[in-house]
Amino acid sequence: MTNPNNATISLMHRVRFVDGHGLTIPTFRLLKDDGQLYAGASAPDIGKEQALAMYHSMVATRLLDERMLAAQRQGRISFYLQSLGEEAQAVASAAALAPQDMIMAQYREQGALLHRGFTLEQFMNQLFSNERDLGKGRQMPVHYGSRELNVMTISSPLATQIPQATGFAYGQRLAGEEAVTLCYFGEGAASEGDFHAGVNMAAVLKTPVIFFCRNNGYAISTPASEQFVGDGIASRAVGYGIRTLRVDGADALAVYEATLQARQLMLKESQPVLIEAMSYRLGAHSSSDDPSGYRSKAEEERWRKRDPIGRYRRWLQHQGWLSEDEDRRQQDALRRHILEAMKQAEQVPKPPLDSLIEDVYGEPPAHLQRQLKQLKASANKRGGAQ
Amino acid sequence: MKQMNLLQAVNQALHLAMERDDGVLCFGEDVGHFGGVFRATSGLQDKFGEARCFNTPLTEQGIAGFANGLAAKGLKPVAEIQFADYIFPAFDQLVNETAKFRYRSGNEFNVGGLVVRAPYGGGIAGGHYHSQSPEAYFVHTPGLRVVIPRGPVQAKGLLLAAIDCPDPVIFFEPKRLYRAAVAEVDEGYYQLPLDRAEIVRKGRDITLLGWGAQLEYLLKAADMAEKEGISCEVIDLQSLLPWDEETVVNSVLKTGRLLISHEAPLTGGVGAEIAATVQERCFLYLESPVARVCGPDTPFPLALEKHYMPDEHKIFDALEATIHF
Repeated sequence: MTNPNNATISLMHRVRFVDGHGLTIPTFRLLKDDGQLYAGASAPDIGKEQALAMYHSMVATRLLDERMLAAQRQGRISFYLQSLGEEAQAVASAAALAPQDMIMAQYREQGALLHRGFTLEQFMNQLFSNERDLGKGRQMPVHYGSRELNVMTISSPLATQIPQATGFAYGQRLAGEEAVTLCYFGEGAASEGDFHAGVNMAAVLKTPVIFFCRNNGYAISTPASEQFVGDGIASRAVGYGIRTLRVDGADALAVYEATLQARQLMLKESQPVLIEAMSYRLGAHSSSDDPSGYRSKAEEERWRKRDPIGRYRRWLQHQGWLSEDEDRRQQDALRRHILEAMKQAEQVPKPPLDSLIEDVYGEPPAHLQRQLKQLKASANKRGGAQ
Repeated sequence: MKQMNLLQAVNQALHLAMERDDGVLCFGEDVGHFGGVFRATSGLQDKFGEARCFNTPLTEQGIAGFANGLAAKGLKPVAEIQFADYIFPAFDQLVNETAKFRYRSGNEFNVGGLVVRAPYGGGIAGGHYHSQSPEAYFVHTPGLRVVIPRGPVQAKGLLLAAIDCPDPVIFFEPKRLYRAAVAEVDEGYYQLPLDRAEIVRKGRDITLLGWGAQLEYLLKAADMAEKEGISCEVIDLQSLLPWDEETVVNSVLKTGRLLISHEAPLTGGVGAEIAATVQERCFLYLESPVARVCGPDTPFPLALEKHYMPDEHKIFDALEATIHF
């Protein structure tokens, strides 16, 4: 029986509290650390070409991260943020989507962009905030976005994209599109009010959005144990009355299969799904952070051994799809490409001063034009507007 | 033409906008079948279906975030916040997201289709949380437009312009006037220009400036002044961001005196921005200091509401002092 406030009523006549840990959600995993499938597990229906493309995106993400963190240390860019240890979850989830699906990211999902086709040149233009940057050099490094690729521009305020994803997906459903929205966020961001707002609204309004939580154990220095006491993030979905799945975020095959099935399900039924991907943030939070102040090397080492790229590579090798030579050759080529793109982007000029007042509104209003004129006059007095 | 009050004008604007464009959606708390606690969305769900006019869960940050997402998809959400006093949970979405969406993405994405409507203002025994006028918080945010109508004709024309505008608009409706302000309104579709002030009454001796419900008090004070032989020019600013500097400045260059009145507290209010601009652009023409008649710097009180409101008597007193400076 359902009463007007949606709670299913069954009676009892003694006080019995429901335990906060009355529900434990298992983790979906297909690949063992040695790259072999678990007994009873079957690999997703994924061809050699797609499997290798995923691998390529993961490796490219890692090499890009390595190079650009170094570039930040050299003072060539102002800021950087790696996704070390989390490459599989971003790439494999994005690989399970169709190109028309919208991706709304937090900031540690560069693998998803890479897999969508965001070029190394585009990454570099954004990182160097030069005049070729799609974002016109206005945001900090790593705040990527592309209309052409259906990747919403990233912003710094955490979790704000969650209710936005709900709204965007509502629009997709209203237009009758065969498309979903995938929304990434970390387990720290899931403590924001916008998580509650966005997921609950998606449940009530039945919008086709995949809430993809990267539970990597830390929000800057705050361990997950100081973030929540419930059974992670996945258990919360049950309270909102929607489907949920916990997956090993370092298992590319499991992430791919989970996302694929979530997408198919919501196209059929139009209701949200929450996926919690369990992983570990192997690197520092960002170039402005040093994790040695809040966690042990031993802990990091334990996770380093469970590297998502290594595990997936071993599976590809078991399939006979990737030789060590080929792997090395590709990585060398990628390194050269990254270096070349970086050097090129570094030489491109900054955006022109006129662009300062563009896009605040559709058209710059009179007061902004006056302010620009003053800035130009001041800059010219001191030797040019650049 | 038809006689209607401000609420009916808003309601008719929403009907016309939804008829004209399938992308217009109305949602918020109690907005659906019930038609809103003030009935501004009355009849919309019956006419346009639950997919385009619906209730949301009770979450202002969710409503604003959802609206941002819809607008980013290219739709035209008209979201309702039940009272302007409750817009603050949505402040982050509106200030950090809505306002910066186009700029931060280099125009890859925008939420220009978005309008947030909220009843604002006191004079209805609403106490702390059913009386506030939060416009100044938003006027400090590049990327937003802030619009406040003074009557039914303006409410309809400005709301239709806001829905059609390529920029996001925060639209505050003077709830004290929802049923009190009645006028002959054109029943067809029409827009009134955004970022344009309107000279409501011509005058020579002093410029009186305000917006929304405050226009009623300003006009009463102007009547009182007229009996004393003082000729007031009364301006309705209408759009607070961007605001129409030229109309205001030209008026003050003519009258040499300016009185600004708003219901919101004095300190940090929009009046300060206007006063600073006018003294900068009209310095040699001012014959007295710019006067501001505003709410005191207190939370909005219940029992002493009458003393809080910057009504026609307070405006008249300040007006006289300015004239005789």
